[in-house]
Amino acid sequence: MSIPMMPAGPGGPGDPGGPGDPATTMLEPTATEHGTSLWRGAVQRLRRNPAAIIGALIVLAFVVVAIIAPLLAPYQPGTGEWAGQVTPGKVPGPSDEHVLGLDSFGSDMLTQLLYGARQSLVYGVVSTAVGLVVGASLGLLAGGFGAVGGRFGKAVDTLVMRLVDIMLSVPSLLLAVSIAAVLGKNAYAIIIAIGVAQVPIFARLLRGSMLAQGRSDYVLAASALGIRKRRIVMSHVLPNSLGPTIVQATLNLATAIIEVAALSYLGLGEGNPAVAEWGRMLVAAQDRFAVDPRLAIYPGVAIAITALGFTLFGEALREALDPRSRR
Amino acid sequence: MLRFTLRRLALMVPLLAGLSLLLFVWVRALPGDPARALLGQRATDESIARVTEAYGFDQPVLQQYGTYMGSLLRGDFLSSIRDGRPVLEGFLERFPATIELALAALLFAVVLGIPLGYLAARYQGRWLDSVVVSGSLLGVTIPVFFLAILLKLVFANWLGIFPTVGRLDPRIDATDVTGFAVLDGLLTREFDAAWDAIMHLVLPGIALGTIPLAIIVRITRASVAEVMHEDYVRTAESKGLARSVISRRHVLRNAMLPVATTIGLQTGLLFSGAVLTETVFGFNGIGSYLFSAISQRDYPVLQGYIIFIAIIYSLINLAVDLLYGVIDPRVRVS
Repeated sequence: MSIPMMPAGPGGPGDPGGPGDPATTMLEPTATEHGTSLWRGAVQRLRRNPAAIIGALIVLAFVVVAIIAPLLAPYQPGTGEWAGQVTPGKVPGPSDEHVLGLDSFGSDMLTQLLYGARQSLVYGVVSTAVGLVVGASLGLLAGGFGAVGGRFGKAVDTLVMRLVDIMLSVPSLLLAVSIAAVLGKNAYAIIIAIGVAQVPIFARLLRGSMLAQGRSDYVLAASALGIRKRRIVMSHVLPNSLGPTIVQATLNLATAIIEVAALSYLGLGEGNPAVAEWGRMLVAAQDRFAVDPRLAIYPGVAIAITALGFTLFGEALREALDPRSRR
Repeated sequence: MLRFTLRRLALMVPLLAGLSLLLFVWVRALPGDPARALLGQRATDESIARVTEAYGFDQPVLQQYGTYMGSLLRGDFLSSIRDGRPVLEGFLERFPATIELALAALLFAVVLGIPLGYLAARYQGRWLDSVVVSGSLLGVTIPVFFLAILLKLVFANWLGIFPTVGRLDPRIDATDVTGFAVLDGLLTREFDAAWDAIMHLVLPGIALGTIPLAIIVRITRASVAEVMHEDYVRTAESKGLARSVISRRHVLRNAMLPVATTIGLQTGLLFSGAVLTETVFGFNGIGSYLFSAISQRDYPVLQGYIIFIAIIYSLINLAVDLLYGVIDPRVRVS
């Protein structure tokens, strides 16, 4: 769903800048007093929203755990050090040495989970960044030329959007699966696969909001003043169109983390089965699931909670940035 | 209406042409000898020669593309590298199973989703709303395969209410007529087989239907909440119409438009989500066919699958757009 965004300033001819425009803040010292800046208002609304706070806390906890995993983890990941204690019928459960017990390869469960957060964060963030950069560039190309208009602009817009339509004709998980299947079992393959699968969403979203912004009065005013088209697009239309794209990126982080696990589950993730990755841990646990559900429940819940955090925060951000929700 | 349909069908042509071109380039973009890339490192020279021959990898690229497009246009989706069977045949054989599963999932999502979304909007801010909203949030964030594993553990392994894997109990001797297990059971009056097939659909259907359910709930809730504040609803209220008439005739009908779009989009997605669900439940549909193709690097199957899904996806979206006219007369005029 695209969200129409209003320019934050009064929108006079000489002051078309939005929240991303540094000139706005300089020209409008009163903005601080009234809290009229879209982003500042959004932060205030976020702080009043309990769902946003819970989401932000989960995300924060996840990021911190991922970064300091080596400090928190009691052992080294993926060593299979205690493989001798694992028998076909039983994986040792919680004990004094292993708070959450062992995994089916004989590594410490807690360590695996903590390092798994690291994998998820890296894969999730990098792949979403890939999708965002490529998708937003395509969207900028289409939306920028589309907003400027003219025969050439229209042609560029159409060409880019046809490509995006083709990508959209394949569901994103399937797109990711097919890319990963070709690229092979390694970290780059996963990141590229999940990143590329997100490209069409970002491209469409940014183009849509740029075209909507292109019809605003401040764009008309700017072009009436004789400001060059490129400048209008880059410093007026683009900053005002970024909101929905940023919201989508937050929400996509949740999807990306789930998709990384899904690719692992389909056997397309890291080659090494003992690696500390939540999706892998789920697959490995599956054979013993009926006997020892703990093995699957930990990583499964970890994925779900992380995805929940990003979703809560992303949706709260969407609401906070939506001018219609301002009261 | 007819012109619109034909135009939309015509628009699918460049889309599919573009997609097949991308797929063509994609397999050729593999590093090294394409035949070796397809068959993997341990391939024998013999099998490489066979694949090179079969796919014309030794011919000029343009000619390869011509041959490839020609065969696609004839409806010939190449053959599986592994068993040499035509890809299309493999699909059509398994497709009924996936349709059945998708229908089960859709039924679960729609029948539960629309009323829940409606009730949540009606009692906005009350406990029912909070429960529905949090539940739908959970539904989107729980990974499908994890949910599938959990359902299987609790309801199949522990409680033993539902079967763990497959489409039919192998002990039941069912007659195959259409490929749809439930329908076959009803047609041949083998009601035990039909019942067994339904029982086999419950858990996979719930697992696959949970994400669409959550999304349908949220869209219905948002849409109903918006419509409820429309002027015409207030007018209807001030006219003294009964609450049930207002909700049926004025609120629900107007709120259904975005819901219909969502259902259409989600139906398309079900066919790709089926990969995970079918794998967990050993359900022999196109999803598990794709899964085995991935693990065996059977690219023709993967390619065919993508084109197949893209066609279905586009057709479903077209159907949704046509459905608009039925739901909303205003669309018909324009």
